[in-house]
Amino acid sequence: MVKISKTQELAQNIKLFEFDSPLIARKAQPGQFVVLRINEPGERIPLTIADAKKEEGVLVIVFQEVGKSTRLLGTLKAGDTIMDLIGPLGKASEIEKFGTVVCVAGGVGTPEIFPVARALKQAGNRIISIVGARNKELLIMQEEMQSVSDELYITTDDGSYGRKGLVIDELKRLINENVKIDKVFAVGPVIMMKAVSETTRPFNIATVVSLNPIMLDATGMCGVCRVEIDGETKFACVDGPEFDGHKVNFDSLMARLKTYIREEKESMQLFSKHTHSCTCGGK
Amino acid sequence: MAKINPKKTPMIEQTAQERVKNFKEVPFGYSEEQAVEEAKRCLQCKKPFCVAGCPVEIDIPGFIKAIAEKDFKNAIKILKKKNVLPAICGRVCPQEDQCEKECVLSKKMEPVGIGRLERFAADWEAASGETDIPEKHVLTGKRVAVVGAGPAGLVFAGDMAQLGHEVTLFEALHKAGGVLVYGIPEFRLPKAIVQREIEYIEKLGVKLITSFVVGNTQTIDELLKEYDAIFIGTGAGLPWFMNLPGENLNGIYSANEYLVRSNLMKAYLFPEYDTPIVKGKQVATIGGGNVAMDSARTALRLGADKSMIIYRRSKTEMPARIEEIHHAEEERIQFEFLTLPVKYYGDENGWVKEMECLRMELGEPDASGRRRPITIPNSEFRIPVDTVVVAIGQSPNPLIPQTTPDLQVGKHGNIIADEKTGRTSKKGVFAGGDIVTGAATVILAMGAGRIAAKSCHEYLKTGIW
Ligand SMILES: Cc1cc2nc3c(=O)[nH]c(=O)nc-3n(C[C@H](O)[C@H](O)[C@H](O)COP(=O)(O)OP(=O)(O)OC[C@H]3O[C@@H](n4cnc5c(N)ncnc54)[C@H](O)[C@@H]3O)c2cc1C
Ligand SMILES: Cc1cc2nc3c(=O)[nH]c(=O)nc-3n(C[C@H](O)[C@H](O)[C@H](O)COP(=O)(O)OP(=O)(O)OC[C@H]3O[C@@H](n4cnc5c(N)ncnc54)[C@H](O)[C@@H]3O)c2cc1C
Ligand code: SF4
Ligand code: FES
Repeated sequence: MVKISKTQELAQNIKLFEFDSPLIARKAQPGQFVVLRINEPGERIPLTIADAKKEEGVLVIVFQEVGKSTRLLGTLKAGDTIMDLIGPLGKASEIEKFGTVVCVAGGVGTPEIFPVARALKQAGNRIISIVGARNKELLIMQEEMQSVSDELYITTDDGSYGRKGLVIDELKRLINENVKIDKVFAVGPVIMMKAVSETTRPFNIATVVSLNPIMLDATGMCGVCRVEIDGETKFACVDGPEFDGHKVNFDSLMARLKTYIREEKESMQLFSKHTHSCTCGGK
Repeated sequence: MAKINPKKTPMIEQTAQERVKNFKEVPFGYSEEQAVEEAKRCLQCKKPFCVAGCPVEIDIPGFIKAIAEKDFKNAIKILKKKNVLPAICGRVCPQEDQCEKECVLSKKMEPVGIGRLERFAADWEAASGETDIPEKHVLTGKRVAVVGAGPAGLVFAGDMAQLGHEVTLFEALHKAGGVLVYGIPEFRLPKAIVQREIEYIEKLGVKLITSFVVGNTQTIDELLKEYDAIFIGTGAGLPWFMNLPGENLNGIYSANEYLVRSNLMKAYLFPEYDTPIVKGKQVATIGGGNVAMDSARTALRLGADKSMIIYRRSKTEMPARIEEIHHAEEERIQFEFLTLPVKYYGDENGWVKEMECLRMELGEPDASGRRRPITIPNSEFRIPVDTVVVAIGQSPNPLIPQTTPDLQVGKHGNIIADEKTGRTSKKGVFAGGDIVTGAATVILAMGAGRIAAKSCHEYLKTGIW
C-alpha cells in the first residue's frame, strides 16, 4: 500500500499526485517512470516521474484522465492509498553538456520533460523550450518550465495564449532562423514526436523522443512494449523509453497503441455507469 | 498377493466439453479410497528406482506405504522432509520423465501414479486444516535477502528462516509465486494452492516485499550493505521472439504476455478486472512445451473457435508433460506438426490476419539427441489467424547482471553458480533456479534453492567463501 500525500488539479482532467515513496524517490532519475496499480482488479499503468523530492521521500506524477484507470485514480484524495507503486523503471535520460538543447513538449508531455530539462540546464546547456497545449486552460507547469529555460515559447492550437499554432511551427521557425541546435528532446503525443523527428531529420539534429507504448510488467518480461528501432525490435520499458527519434517506426507504435480500443471503451462505459449511480468509485 | 491392476487408478476429471468453458482445475484428485487403491499397487521395492528418478529424492515407497495404511498425516510428513511444495509438484512435475519413468512397474504396465498420490497427500493436509509449523531454530542474527519469489526463492527463503536467519524476500511483481502465479494457468494449478504455500513460508517468519525490482529499486550492491548474504532466483523471464517479418502486428503475443494477462492480471474476468486481452477466434500458438500447451488451452477457454499448436518437430519430440498433451488433445487443440512459421500478414489496421508457414521433415539427430527438423523447399502455405502466441522459449532477465558488474554470467545471460553450492562469482551472493540453468522445471528450481540454503547457512556460520 502506498499513500497519496497530495493531490492537485492542474487543468481540466490533468492532475498532479504526490506519493510517500522514499525508496523510489531516492533512486529516481530524469526520464524514468513508475508503474502503479490502484486496487486488486486494477491494471498496471505506467506514468513518468515528474519530480522526486529525495529528502522528503516524495514522488510526483502528473496524469491526464483519459480512460478508466486514470479516471479512477483521479477520484482519489490525499490520504488515500493505492495498492502498488513500482520503480523507478526504464533507462535514465542521457544528460550531458550538448550545447543548445530544444525541449519540445505537448500536453502532459510538459511535466514529463520538466525533470529532463532541469537536469540538462544544470549540466550547463542552453535550454530553449517549446510548450504546446490545445488552449490556455490546458496549459500546465508554465512557471516550472520558465525556471529551467533560457527561452520559452508557448503555442496554443486556438491562439488563446502564446502563439497560435503547433509546437512544430515554433521548432521550424528556430531552424529557419538558423538557431544553432545541438539536440532536441521531444515528449508528447506520438503524432507530435513523429512530426518533430521528421522536421529535424533533414538537418541532422540529434532528436530524442520518449515512447509510450502499452506496458504490462515494465521489467522486460512480456514484450508488449516492443517498438521498432532502426528495423530492430526493442522493449521500451527496459531499452527505453527514450530512443533516437530518427530511428523509430512511429506508424507501428500508433497501430499497437490501438490494440485495446474496444476494451478501453467498454471499461470506460462501465465505469461511467458506476460513478453516476453510486459512490463505489468503480471498484 | 492379489494381481496388480495394469492401469493407474483413474482420476476423475471435468469432461473436455465442460472444462474448455471454464478456468477451473481439470482433474478433481483422488478420494481416500482411490488413493489407498493406487498406493496398494506399489510393490515396496527394496531398491526403489523411483527414488533415484526423483530430483529431490523423496522417500517414495515410504510415503506411499503410509497412504496404503491410511496414515495420511505420516505420508505428508515424509513428503515434506524432501519437498516443501508437494501440492504444486504433484500437479506440475514431469513425472513421466522422473520417478514414474523409473518405477519397476513401468516395464510391463502403467507405473504407480506417484504424482497423483503426492497431490492427494498434500490436498488431504490442506483440507484437514492441520499444517504443522516446524519449530524455529535459535535466531542467528544474520540477515538474508532473497530476490525473486518463484519456487527457487521460496524454498531458499523457507529453509533459511527455519535455520534461524532473518529473511526478506523481494519480488518484482505485485504477487509472489513466480511462474506458478503468472505463468501456469488456474486450470492446471489453482492459485489458492500457491497462495497457501506462500502464506506458509510467511508463517515461518519470512518478510515478503512485493513490487520491488532489484536492480532498479535497489541494486544487489546496495542490498549487500544491509544483508549478510543474498540469493538470486529471478527465473528465465525474458521472452524470445522469432524476428519474423510482421511479428509486431497487433494480435501477436509472447506467451509471457498472454499468460501474465490471463493469470496474474485475471484478464479472463475482464471487464470486472481492468486488464484486457484479445479474445481471438483463430489462435495459433507456436511451440511444443508446457508454455505452449498452457497458452493454447487458455485461448480455448477465452472463447477461440480454433486453437492450434504449431510445432516444428513431431509429437514425440514435444517437451511438454504427457498429461498436458493428452489434455490438449482431448480439448481438440489442433496440432500442426513439422511446421515452421516464416512470415505474418496484417490487415490495413495493423492486425495479424494470416501466417505463412513451411513444412519440415526430420533429419539426423542434433545436439539434443532429437532429430533435426529441415525445411521442405517450396512448401509454403498460409493459415488464417487473428491471434498468435509465440511460446518458443525464454532466457534469463538481464536486469540484475546488468546492474551488478562483478557478477559473472554465461553466454546466454545466465548467472554462473556452482551446482553443488549455489555460490556465484560474487562473495555472499548465491543463485539458483532458471536464472542459472535457463528455463527448466519447478522441482529443479526448488532443489537449487535448497542446496543454496545449505551452503549459505554454512557460509554465514564460518564466513568462509
Ligand atoms: C513510459 C510511459 C510513461 C507515461 N507517462 C505518462 C504521464 O506521465 N502522464 C500521463 O498522463 N500518461 C502517461 N503515460 C500514458 C498512460 O500510461 C496511459 O494514459 C494510461 O495507461 C491510460 O490508462 P487508462 O485506463 O486511463 O486509459 P485507457 O482507456 O485504458 O487507455 C487510453 C490510451 O492509453 C494507452 N494505454 C492504455 N493502457 C496502457 C498501458 N497499460 N500502458 C501504456 N499505455 C496504455 C492506449 O494508447 C490507450 O488507447 C505514459 C505511458 C508510458 C508507456
Ligand atoms: C507457462 C509455463 C508453464 C510451465 N509448466 C511447468 C510444468 O508443468 N512443470 C514444471 O516442472 N515446470 C514448468 N514450467 C517451468 C517452471 O515454472 C520454472 O522452471 C520454474 O518456475 C523456475 O523457478 P524459479 O524460481 O527459478 O523462477 P520463476 O518461477 O521464474 O520466478 C522468478 C521470480 O523472480 C522475480 N524477479 C525477476 N527479476 C526480478 C528482480 N529484478 N527483482 C525482484 N524479483 C525479480 C520474477 O517476477 C519471478 O516472480 C513452466 C513455465 C512456464 C512459463
Ligand atoms: S519403483 Fe514403483 S513400485 Fe517400486 S517403490 Fe517406487 S513407486 Fe513403488
Ligand atoms: S512492458 Fe513487458 S516487457 Fe516491457
